[in-house]
Order: sequence, then C-alpha cells, then structure tokens
Amino acid sequence: MSKVLPAHSLAQRDSRSWTESFWSLAMRRFMRHRLAVAGMAVFAAIAAMAVFAGVIAPGSPTAIDVTAFQAPPSSVHLLGTDSVGRDVLSRVIYASRVSLTVGLLAVAMYVTIGTIVGSIAGYAAGTIDLVLSRVMDVMLSFPPLIIILFAVSVFGKPSLWNVIIVLGLLGWPPVARLVRGQILALRQQEFVQAARAMGGSDVRVVTRHLLPNAMAPVLVAATFGTANAILVEAALSFLGMGVQPPTPSWGNILTDAQSLTVLERMPWLWVPPGFMILVSVLVINFVGDGLRDALDPSLKL
Amino acid sequence: MQRYLIRRVLITFPIMLGITVLSYAIMSLTPGDPVQMQISPTMTQADIDIKRAAFGLDRPAYVRYLAWLKEIVHGNLGYSFSSGVPVTKRIGERVVPTLTLTVTALVCSYIIAVPVGMIAATRRYTWMDYVATLFAFLGISLPTFFLGLAGIYVFALRFRILPVGGTITLGGDGGFIDQLHHLILPAGVLAVAGAGALTRYVRSSVLEVLGQDYVRTARAKGVTEQVVHRRHALRNALIPVVTLAGLQIPALLAGAVITEQVFEWPGMGRLTIEAINQRDYPILMGITIVTALLVTMGNLFADVTYSLVDPRIRYE
Repeated sequence: MSKVLPAHSLAQRDSRSWTESFWSLAMRRFMRHRLAVAGMAVFAAIAAMAVFAGVIAPGSPTAIDVTAFQAPPSSVHLLGTDSVGRDVLSRVIYASRVSLTVGLLAVAMYVTIGTIVGSIAGYAAGTIDLVLSRVMDVMLSFPPLIIILFAVSVFGKPSLWNVIIVLGLLGWPPVARLVRGQILALRQQEFVQAARAMGGSDVRVVTRHLLPNAMAPVLVAATFGTANAILVEAALSFLGMGVQPPTPSWGNILTDAQSLTVLERMPWLWVPPGFMILVSVLVINFVGDGLRDALDPSLKL
Repeated sequence: MQRYLIRRVLITFPIMLGITVLSYAIMSLTPGDPVQMQISPTMTQADIDIKRAAFGLDRPAYVRYLAWLKEIVHGNLGYSFSSGVPVTKRIGERVVPTLTLTVTALVCSYIIAVPVGMIAATRRYTWMDYVATLFAFLGISLPTFFLGLAGIYVFALRFRILPVGGTITLGGDGGFIDQLHHLILPAGVLAVAGAGALTRYVRSSVLEVLGQDYVRTARAKGVTEQVVHRRHALRNALIPVVTLAGLQIPALLAGAVITEQVFEWPGMGRLTIEAINQRDYPILMGITIVTALLVTMGNLFADVTYSLVDPRIRYE
C-alpha cells in the first residue's frame, strides 16, 4: 500500500472501518489490473458453464451415438465423438464441473486445515510450534505429484472424492506456514496486546484480531492453489488415478490421446479438453497475480 | 555462518526421519497384509496366526516401524510385490534415465529463463516484458501432458523430425546422437514447464538489484545503462537464482512422472505408474522415500549455497 490514508483520519477510525477501507482499496487496485479483471470474467464464464452444463451442453456426456464412433466434427456433433461414440462437446462442458469441484473443495479443505494448524503454531509458539513446523517441513519434502499418487493408490478405488480428500489432506503445509508467519508477526502488535489485556481469550484473540489481518496472503495462496489443484486433478485423471470414465474430466478425456492413432487422426478429441485446462488454469493464475498486487502480502498491516 | 551451516545440516536428520514415518503411515493404510495374499482355503485361523507371528504382524505398529527403519538404514527398501526383486534394484535401474531427463531439463530451463527474465526486468512495462510475462504464465499453466502430446503431434507426427518416445531407435545403433535425438522433446517439454516460474524469479531478482543503492550510485557517476545492467545488476541478480536450482527438484520430479509416461521414458516416473497399475506398494513407497530424500538434499543445497553467496543471511 503506497498511498495510505492521512494519519489523522486513520487515528479516528476504529479497526473495523479501517479493514473495510483496506478491502475497498484492494478492490480498486485489483480493478486496475487488466489481465486479472479479464481473467475473472473468463473464470466467471467457465463457472457458469459448469453450473448450467445441463442447459448449455447439446446432449448427455455419457450418451452413446451408435451411428458415430470417432466421428469428426459435424453439425450433429460440433466437436465430434470419442472412441465410444460420446459427444465430445458435451463431455468437455460437463467436465468443467469436475475441475471446479476439485479446485474449490480441495482448496477449501486445505486452507481450513492450514489456517487452523498455522494459527496454533504461530500463536502457541515454543515446543508446539517447533513440532508443527517440523511436520510441515517433512510434508513439504515430498514431490507433490508422487506423494499424491502414492496416497491415491493406497486409498482404494480412485474417484473424484478420493482426489479431493487426498489433495485436501496433503495440501495444507504451505498455507499453515504462511498463516504461522503472519500470526508470529502480528502477535507482537499493540492491538493484540490490548485485546489480551482486556481479557480476550486465546480463541477470541486469534479469530477476531489476528486471523482477519492475516487472511490477505492466504487468499492469494488459495487462488494459485485452485489453479494448481485443477492441474493436479487433470494429471491424475490423465494417468487413470483420478476421475473414472464414463464421468468426464478434462484429464481423463486426454487419456485416449496416449494412443498415437488418436493423437494423429482425432485432434478434436484431445485439443478441446487440453485447451480448457490451459485456459482455466491461466485465468485463475491471472486473478491470483492481480490479487497479489492488490493485497500486497509483503505488507504487514 | 558456521553455526548456521551446522544447524542447517543437523535439521535434515529429523526431517528424513519424518519422511520415513509418514511414508510408513501411508503404507500401513494399504489394504491387506502380506499374509492375506498367502492364505489358502485349507488354512485354519491358528495357521494364519502363526504365519502372522512369523512375519511379526502381531507386534505393535511402532515395533514394526523400527524394524523396518533398521532395514532402510541398511539400504533395504523391501521387495517388489510383482517381481520379488529388491526395490533398490528396481529403482536403481531407473535412476539414470530420470537424472538424464531432469538435469537436461533443468539446464535448458535456465537457458530459457535467464535471458527472458532479464529482458523482462530491464525493459519493464514494455511489450517485451508483457510477452515474457505471458510466456511465464503459460509455462506455469500448461499441463505437462498436454504440452507433451502437442509436442508429439507437431514434431513427431506432423513434421516427423523427432521420435514419438523411448530412449533409442528400436533396431538402431543407439548411439549418442540417437539418444540425444530422443531426449530433445521430453526434456524440452519439462524445461518449458519449469522455465515459467523461473522466469518470474529472474525478473524479480533483477528488479530488486536494480533498486539497490549501488546501482543508483553507478548511474549517478555516469556509467551507461548497458554497463550497469551487465556489470552491476545481472551478475548479482543471478546468484540467488542459481541457488534456486535445488528448489526445482520437486517440480522436476513431479513433472518427470507425466513426461516419462507420455514419452515412454524408462525412468522413475514411469516406474511409479507401473507400480500403481500393479498395486506394487513397496516400489511406490521406495520411490516416495527416495524422491523425498532427493528433495531434502536439494533444499539443503539451496540453503547452504545461498548462505555462502549472500553473507547477509544470518540465522540466530
């Protein structure tokens, strides 16, 4: 925040209206980031596509057209059909549901866990912090996809929910580390000491005074995390360890393209889902970049 | 400095121990145990119990963990379910292809990212910076398997200038040129994926140096902008970027799983997928532990080199 409010007006405001002005300032800065705003618009369109898939899609994603196997794009099947005779356009549209569900739920899950663990580590300090920090170090030592593959395969039959749970359970350490750092920096501030001096309980001090001031970088991390979760789900489904056919996922539609004949002769089957993964991940990353600039997480209060 | 280095090295031991604990915990969630696979219809419960005791499965989990850990420390990662071959042997066969692939990709990603990031930083807010930024975001956002498939489609199927996969031409001489020819596409894909994030690091590192007092001093005494960039900014900006190499290991290994699968590259990544398909958990756990140790070493390397090149770093 380069241009803060003049000191006298800051002093007159209570913490609540200051927080609001921080968010409205952030909002204005975000709106100036053109790529981020455009990214937000495209993301809204993809989200609408997921919600209204039933209305937009020309047909069912699992219906089989016995008259058209591996059919190239035509007026009946705008993006052709796959090896089983299913409409590719309908599958690609419905698959957005899978990606967004994984992206949002898995990230919501690990942000919640990460925030709780990070708050405890940062606020409790001492031995508890030492132990929790080492646990984070250990979990961050595993290459992301490999530990996820290991966990998913141990978890039993791969499915959408297994992917969400595994991502949710394994993804929290970076968030926890972030929250811990924020809490450590904030807990020495005078308003926190004041809150404690007035008899605020630990839970109240953390949830009402520390966390609201620590959430800006978490929001940025969650945005980038959503993009990453969509990529990981696509990769898992591509490898056959994620969402199982006939349920369409952008990743599992691409699995067929591992066959060279499909890759060479049926570009309508693998280009659209790949393009959709790229666009959704790209726009979410743009939004994340805009949020980072707007919220300036390097700023401590 | 010395105290920091010693502390930093010592801290890797509890982390390595933690890696084995977590791997063992996930492994213990696997359905069934070794005895269940050997149960025959004629066995009574007493027979099964005897067998379980022989395997030590009747002992508490921490005792089994300690026994297992002792074997790990002696270099025994267990035996493959599917082939009975020691896990270390199966993994050992796959280390070289993966290292060839990832090290080449790492070098290439630096070759791409350093000039692109520098141009983006020294020409900030020009069209060149925007193109570089777009490239960086594409690198971060492109799914490796899609980039790989697109690469095969364009270079192997349309123009037929590169092979579709594998490490050597079947029936060919398998010479150095042939191997190099097979390496270009998979390493290139992995390099582009890694170069995205690296470009951003280079850019912000150069920008940070350009904001330093000594750069302003150099400009004030009349040094041309070109010389400021070359002599003062870029060299200093690259030091922290080079130490980042160790931190690229997790992303490289994760990327290798997919790249190796797409390009039928016989490395650890492909072994991971094979092990998953055969439910070969000892192999999976072995790979998880070995790669985690590699990451730990990479982190150690990054921290140590960074503290050596940047004397300002001081921890307690």
